[in-house]
Amino acid sequence: MTETRIERHHYDVVVIGAGGAGLRAAIEARLAGKKTAIISKSLFGKAHTVMAEGGAAAAMGNVNPRDNWQVHFRDTMRGGKFLNNFRMAELHAKEAPQRIWELETYGALFDRTKDGKISQRNFGGHEYPRLAHVGDRTGLELIRTLQQKIVSLQQEDKREHGDYEARLKVFAETTITELLLDGDRVAGAFGYYRESGEFILFEAPAVVLATGGVGRSYKVTSNSWEYTGDGHALALRAGATLINMEFLQFHPTGMVWPPSVKGILVTESVRGDGGVLKNSEGKRFMFDYVPDVFRKQYADNEAEADRWYKDPDNNRRPPELLPRDEVARAINSEVKAGRGTPAGGVYLDIASRLPAEEIRRRLPSMYHQFKELADVDITKEPMEVGPTCHYVMGGVEVDPDSGAAYGTVRGLFAAGEVSGGMHGSNRLGGNSLSDLLVFGKRAGGHAASYADQLTARPKVSVAAVEAAVETALAPLQRDTGESPYTLQQDLQAVMGDLVGIIRREGELVDALARLAELRERVAKVSAAGGRRYNPGWHLALDLRNMLVVSECTAKAALERQESRGGHTREDHPAMDAKWRRVNLVCSLDGETVRLTQKPLPKMRPELIQLFDRAELAKYLTDEELAEFDALTEEAGN
Amino acid sequence: MGTKRPFRIWRGDETGGDLQDYTVEVNEGEVVLDVIHRLQATDAPDLACRWNCKAGKCGSCSMEINGKPRLSCMTRMSTFEETETVTVTPLRTFPVIRDLVTDVSFNYEKARETPAFAPPADLAPGEYRMQQVDVERSQEFRKCIECFLCQNVCHVIRDHEENKPAFSGPRFFIRASELDMHPLDAKPDRKEYAQAEMGLGFCNITKCCTEVCPEHIKITDNGIIPMKERVVDRRYDPLVWLGSKIFRRGQVPQTSVTSGHSSGAATASAAHGGVHSHAGGSHDTAAERQAQQGVNWHREVPHPTAPAVDANGKLPLTELTFDKPAAPSPFGDDVTFPLPPEHLNFAHPQQDEPKH
Ligand SMILES: Cc1cc2nc3c(=O)[nH]c(=O)nc-3n(C[C@H](O)[C@H](O)[C@H](O)COP(=O)(O)OP(=O)(O)OC[C@H]3O[C@@H](n4cnc5c(N)ncnc54)[C@H](O)[C@@H]3O)c2cc1C
Ligand code: SF4
Ligand code: SF4
Ligand code: FES
Repeated sequence: MTETRIERHHYDVVVIGAGGAGLRAAIEARLAGKKTAIISKSLFGKAHTVMAEGGAAAAMGNVNPRDNWQVHFRDTMRGGKFLNNFRMAELHAKEAPQRIWELETYGALFDRTKDGKISQRNFGGHEYPRLAHVGDRTGLELIRTLQQKIVSLQQEDKREHGDYEARLKVFAETTITELLLDGDRVAGAFGYYRESGEFILFEAPAVVLATGGVGRSYKVTSNSWEYTGDGHALALRAGATLINMEFLQFHPTGMVWPPSVKGILVTESVRGDGGVLKNSEGKRFMFDYVPDVFRKQYADNEAEADRWYKDPDNNRRPPELLPRDEVARAINSEVKAGRGTPAGGVYLDIASRLPAEEIRRRLPSMYHQFKELADVDITKEPMEVGPTCHYVMGGVEVDPDSGAAYGTVRGLFAAGEVSGGMHGSNRLGGNSLSDLLVFGKRAGGHAASYADQLTARPKVSVAAVEAAVETALAPLQRDTGESPYTLQQDLQAVMGDLVGIIRREGELVDALARLAELRERVAKVSAAGGRRYNPGWHLALDLRNMLVVSECTAKAALERQESRGGHTREDHPAMDAKWRRVNLVCSLDGETVRLTQKPLPKMRPELIQLFDRAELAKYLTDEELAEFDALTEEAGN
Repeated sequence: MGTKRPFRIWRGDETGGDLQDYTVEVNEGEVVLDVIHRLQATDAPDLACRWNCKAGKCGSCSMEINGKPRLSCMTRMSTFEETETVTVTPLRTFPVIRDLVTDVSFNYEKARETPAFAPPADLAPGEYRMQQVDVERSQEFRKCIECFLCQNVCHVIRDHEENKPAFSGPRFFIRASELDMHPLDAKPDRKEYAQAEMGLGFCNITKCCTEVCPEHIKITDNGIIPMKERVVDRRYDPLVWLGSKIFRRGQVPQTSVTSGHSSGAATASAAHGGVHSHAGGSHDTAAERQAQQGVNWHREVPHPTAPAVDANGKLPLTELTFDKPAAPSPFGDDVTFPLPPEHLNFAHPQQDEPKH
């Protein structure tokens, strides 16, 4: 056997992921005095969070003083179709404003209201203007601000210890392939430098996963190469569990034409600012798709909808602002009915609604992006848009307060898109950026105190490291297998065609059979070239993660026989109150994905009483409603 | 349907490499990055290149396309002739790691050296009040996606490894400028710091950085020039300092830049023949001390030699687009060194430090 060099590092807390969640967690761990490492597959500051456009939701009440955490909580639960972990939704709604204000002390510059406060904008599913934003580059502002806060902490350390990296170090372009355990405790993480292909081992008692989502398993996606579900898979293999994996958000308005920009998103603020959806017959079709549960909030005629932009208090909102799954489904139905554009989408028209100057002012980067990328002038012509895989609601099942992963493992925490529960079956726009901050901080803090209370550091076993090295090198040493790119395409085809936005039992069964075949092929994948910055090799290693996560999604999608939020079954088109009480939990048993049902935690009385009975009736079983009535009666006495 | 088109891509690592020819299918509406991805999926699975967002938002995919520093995800294939060979090379200012991937750690080191935002001591989170007009100027600089194209193109460090330690580069000048213009930043000496520690004096306002910025940030006009002006003004001349405060939102009166063809506000003084010197404008220590003291800041120096520019009046950026074997001198190829001191408007930031 040839000698393999492995670089070793010791840290108290290792944060895998340098997006909003990871950076916020690292800041918290470092503030708690822990020696912290941040690991990222791409360069520092390039994580997916930079792509978020619309804004970060927080009930600060700067624009409409009637907004508060209770309203935000209600909107979040409604958006997630009551499948959310209520405690996470509650913490999120309560803490988001503080987390946003805190960013200002790190140097963030949000757009302002007239009286100098942080401006807030409307967004689908939010009752009041709630999204703190910076033009349409809010994610960039968020990640740059956190990045700069990290730099400022490093400058403090430099003053104190003479070394920028004394307590907080960023390992950019480093991929973690394995978590290492000592019994049921996290002992470290193993990975490689992308630049050199050299291996690296972190020994640490606490690991925070903040690796983002899984979108790369789909053909049309807004997600980058990073989104291969690594964190999801690492957690599974370490003995943690995943929930809600059947719920994937398809952004209703991704570009479908021209082809090179397929998947790139048209921010929802285009609709918030007056953009309307039209089919190939020129009809503004969204009025036909307002579900009963939303009749009270959404207009049923154009006149009222148009008045809303000026006078939101006395009019119902335009149906273009329905939660995104409703919009995605409506577009899908129009296209299926033969009223789509030639490229299989619908038209999103802002050109005929606002003066060109106004469009350029309100949507500068949208304008810029379309002009430069597609040579389309959005102030003159409509855009062609359609559903695009965008966000995964499902993820690591965590303790709501601490972010600690459930399952058999200890010392593992998760925050951000990789964690599950917060968004239920559907995420509201803008709730992710604030989710990253709220739960990033919590996970980082709790990882630090977990590391504190340990009496002995868990040990990394030599055998586990050897096994990790072997797995990592295997694709390079084989030359008989298939190309990772072919396998990725095949996987994307299976997921896109059979586990896509509209699902059917037969297709899901078929998908599982094909995934099993793919698993055999992925096990034999071979990558040409050497270890230095070899994207083929990197993809070969990511494939097994994509595969296991796809299996979870397909299995859960087959099991859940109803349609809710980001999961639509053509053969079970209605929402079923019985299924609301169930979370589908995935775990790994050897190599196989095991699925179990688990009851949803029950909302506390004071929280459930924030809702109208009439609204609850749409979601709850009779039995639950009876309980609610008893509660109200009790409160009345 | 797609057509087959010729591509030349630099392949290699720090030990060397060369341009390799490929013929790739190109479809309507594609960008250079799509073509690179197709190559990875077909002929060159281990072709190294960085990318993330494919939407011009993350600044990962910087490379030089036909000699021009560009984001490859924002460079449409339709901007080239069908038969034109598209040549793709890595950023030249940074050491190559492999193929199109370079070691950009220089930029992260400089970022770490730039003093961070200093929060106002008397305001709690949630109490910050700022007007939109006041944050807009900083917001322009915060649009930066850190693609480092401006850093790559700046002649002070392009092919001048020796300048790197003392020079932070345009990306970090606008960072300093952004904090300087931040309505609530509590650190008062951003400009002085930029001049003294970041090598602002190296910059002779060629504007190449502004030219390549994919976010269209006016790096020189809105960032560098106002800082250069006010470094001296503010420190030594209370009256001008007051003026620049009043002018904050509009145009600050500006002095001229190096080349004769620059236009707009920057040539305010060109009418009377000479050019004002910038801070640290010459190697003549007596004149320099004078300038630094602000006594004769408005002294006239002879017009600097214009750089060798191409037909569009722009500086050719690489040898690929240039007829000479090396990158052009920003001073003009007809100029020999050393220049007579009175011709220079450039000063080494460490010129005042004792030499051993
Ligand atoms: C186009 C687009 C627009 C969006 N707009 C909005 C919006 O307006 N509002 C909103 O709230 N949300 C929005 N979202 C969603 C939101 O941006 C993401 O959910 C969020 O940024 C995820 O952040 P994160 O911190 O969880 O992970 P990310 O920011 O994705 O970061 C993941 C990190 O993990 C690292 N990583 C992954 N795997 C590994 C590994 N194996 N080893 C080491 N490192 C690893 C990556 O390198 C990266 O640094 C948008 C998303 C997209 C794609
Ligand atoms: S203006 Fe020219 S010299 Fe100055 S920073 Fe920009 S590229 Fe460099
Ligand atoms: S200033 Fe412009 S060119 Fe320079 S790094 Fe930022 S975005 Fe890129
Ligand atoms: S890939 Fe993000 S800028 Fe090109």
